Amino acid sequence: MSNDTLNPKVMPEEPEKATLEGKNKFLGFWFFLGGETVLFASLFGTFLALRNSTNGGPSSQELFGLDLVFIMTMLLLTSSLTSVVAIYQMKKNNFAKMQAWLAITVILGFGFLSLEIYEFYEYITLEDFTFRSSAFGSAFYTLVGFHGGHVLFGLLWILTLMIRNAKRGLNLYNAPKFYVASLYWHFIDVVWVFIFTVVYLMGVI
Amino acid sequence: MSTTIAQNRSFGAALWDYLTTVDHKKIGILYLVSGGFFFLLGGLEAMAIRIQLIKPANDFVSAGFYNQILTMHGTTMIFLAAMPLIFALMNAVVPLQIGARDVAFPFLNALGFWLFLAGGLILNASWFLGGAPDAGWTAYAPLSTTSPGHGVDFYVLGLQISGAGTLIAGINFLVTIVNMRAPGMTYMRMPLFTWTTFVVSALILFAFPALTVGLFLLMFDRLFGSGFFDASMGGNSVIWEHLFWIFGHPEVYILILPAFGVFSEILPVFSKKRLFGYTAMVFATVLIGFLGFMVWAHHMFTVGLGPAANSIFAVATMAIAVPTGIKIFNWLFTLWGGNITINTAMLYSLSFIPTFTIGGMTGVMLAAAAADYQFHDTYFVVAHFHYVIVGGVVFGIFAGLHYWWPRMFGKILDEKLGKLTFWTFFIGFHLTFFIQHFLGLMGMPRRYWTFLPDQGLDTGNLISTIGAFLMAFGTIVFVINVIVTSVKGEKVGGDPWDGRTLEWAIANPTPHYNFKQTPLVRGLDAFWIEKMDGRKEMTPAEPVDDIHMPNSSILPFIMALGLFIAGFGFIYQVDNSAWLAAVFIGMGILLGCMFIRSVKDDHGYHIHKEDLDKGAGL
Amino acid sequence: MTENINSTNSDGYYEQKKKEEMKHQLITFALMIIFTFIAFGMVLAELDKLFVIPIIIVLAIVQVIFQLYYFMHMSHKGHELPSIMIYGGLSVAFLTILTFLVLIWW
Repeated sequence: MSNDTLNPKVMPEEPEKATLEGKNKFLGFWFFLGGETVLFASLFGTFLALRNSTNGGPSSQELFGLDLVFIMTMLLLTSSLTSVVAIYQMKKNNFAKMQAWLAITVILGFGFLSLEIYEFYEYITLEDFTFRSSAFGSAFYTLVGFHGGHVLFGLLWILTLMIRNAKRGLNLYNAPKFYVASLYWHFIDVVWVFIFTVVYLMGVI
Repeated sequence: MSTTIAQNRSFGAALWDYLTTVDHKKIGILYLVSGGFFFLLGGLEAMAIRIQLIKPANDFVSAGFYNQILTMHGTTMIFLAAMPLIFALMNAVVPLQIGARDVAFPFLNALGFWLFLAGGLILNASWFLGGAPDAGWTAYAPLSTTSPGHGVDFYVLGLQISGAGTLIAGINFLVTIVNMRAPGMTYMRMPLFTWTTFVVSALILFAFPALTVGLFLLMFDRLFGSGFFDASMGGNSVIWEHLFWIFGHPEVYILILPAFGVFSEILPVFSKKRLFGYTAMVFATVLIGFLGFMVWAHHMFTVGLGPAANSIFAVATMAIAVPTGIKIFNWLFTLWGGNITINTAMLYSLSFIPTFTIGGMTGVMLAAAAADYQFHDTYFVVAHFHYVIVGGVVFGIFAGLHYWWPRMFGKILDEKLGKLTFWTFFIGFHLTFFIQHFLGLMGMPRRYWTFLPDQGLDTGNLISTIGAFLMAFGTIVFVINVIVTSVKGEKVGGDPWDGRTLEWAIANPTPHYNFKQTPLVRGLDAFWIEKMDGRKEMTPAEPVDDIHMPNSSILPFIMALGLFIAGFGFIYQVDNSAWLAAVFIGMGILLGCMFIRSVKDDHGYHIHKEDLDKGAGL
Repeated sequence: MTENINSTNSDGYYEQKKKEEMKHQLITFALMIIFTFIAFGMVLAELDKLFVIPIIIVLAIVQVIFQLYYFMHMSHKGHELPSIMIYGGLSVAFLTILTFLVLIWW
């Protein structure tokens, strides 16, 4: 019975908000993002307060290079666009294309994450700059690591959704799930915009 | 023999029912039982504190143990007693007040409860595992980062897990109130308790992430060797104070606003008048919530933030007295000229007004930054926050429990025992804490294990302890009252108080789908309007139809269990890295459950309209 | 990419609106890339610190507004409460960061 109402022939204009569950998810997730804003603000604040407390270790000017960060930024910005296109295809009820664009998003995301891990690895092995070397180190790895953790979670989430629904296609039950996951992905990008500005660009100056 | 088996099975079935429930009414009862348990535990700790201070140079408990007791008293009462008891009332009442069949996220609602319980149990497990946290409920660094043993680790992990549960509960109530209101229930027709729940949930949403980050930093410092608060690594302990109070001050309003809501429900019902100044009450609530975020540094006047910062925060703090004053006068005007019934719920509400006003007045005194240098860390502060938290929040919870008990359990709490509780608790409370204002002004510092004789503090402390015993007596009588009522009490109808709001429009006991037909709301005090038009029931907004209900699930319980296991892993991996296995197992359980939840479609089920009348007694 | 968009059934008003929106999103993306180039370029050009920092922060804020309003659809109707909550979060975030910049000292 519920399958008919959840699988209409033509998708409504906003499939993510067509059911009460969808509306609840949509709103609840936006509210959650409001809370996440404060979470990251607290981490940014801590970082800003401690960014010069190098305790004799390497400073941000000595550590950071911009090449890698620039590539990471481009990867993440592009992945934000590809997930927008995926949602655009979802609204057109074009499941195969949505999956394809999400797949690109995930690949770009994994690219970003690998580069971040590589960056951390270099700092730790070559520069001897660790989580425990100074308050600056603690704050840097905590802020950027929290973001990285969000990226990883977002990737696993989108992948789960893709694999889970690969055979059954798009319906009004899973459309809100895809939509909310893409919101999460954009939010990760929003945080990164501030990280590359506040942590890296301002750290290099 | 067959009867015992039947009973056993029914007990097992009931246990399973509560472990898997996603029904907001049952989750409310779970919150009530566990919050009540922690309230008694916190009360026991309070009694130990007062017995220790009954006479000068006492040695009822050792100094180190005293630190643990006082830390756990504060932490337990705020996080594990007051908050869950408020959530109990919210869960029991808010969906009914807005004419909803359920909350927006029944699964998350259950998860929020189990996370809170897991956190509370981790925190209290510390008593048996080498000592409780002993750095005060504020856990200021570097005292907390250097505290030996695992006590503070239990504090960090316990609060982190129960805090996650609170955040989830907050988002659930926000969405419930926005999306699940019955037709006609506009924002300005919502009962005040629903309004305060809404504002409080927003405060939770914005305040708790700061605590989350603070606790993470403290955990990293203690367990993973980072240097956020360690000056020798360039860290700064003031960061903790800011993060804690950016959370901590809104937390105070998270506690008191629902109590305001409770009184705003009780006073009109027992005065037979509509709430005076409804609109002003709503805006005062929102304003208090808003200002609540701009005053946290008044807890830090003596840190040395400088005169400019101190002045700004002092003025902002004093400004909160304005919306609070609006509320006080509106309650008084609601009473004025009303046809007043005095019962236990009403006694708490009436005594709340002067008690809270005293607490508010000392609050303004403390807000004067210059004077605060004198008051800071003395018993004056202790007296102040017990006047607002006990005189406001605990009175509110007692009042709300007496008022909504028939809604939650179908029986009215015994009035004689209720009044006995009230009078002993009320007199005991003032005896305990009024004198502490003067002890503080005479210079008695808070949190000290003992004091010396002949400094003018002996009599005051003795009186205070006598008062504490009266409060304990009142609380015990309340527990007896609950037992007596549930054994002997008679079932009452759905509307024992001649109520005004939607939750009284339902028959007793509340069916698990709440409303057979969603009611049509035609104004503020929706049920009263129908009564005034000569009707006995709400006008339905829809024909009788199949009702969609969510499925029960054991996953929330297992997820909380996973975090519980992981919590111990995090705490003990510093001693032995084999404990990392517990972290991985626990987090694995959590992520696995999230995966199952994500992969398994959960469409809920329908109660068919033919079965509605049969199932009404469920 | 535009071919993708044109290929499926064209169903009047909503299709048109969706296409319009996609165009906005592509423009947004182009602007975000340009802003990122400017920000990195200014830092690499080693201009004066007091000049660069305010500009890159403003660029970041504009980028975030783009993300919120175009990529996350906050410009659509039905986003009143999400806006309130995001702005609520941002105000607390602003106060927090301001505090950590001016009220933490050594």
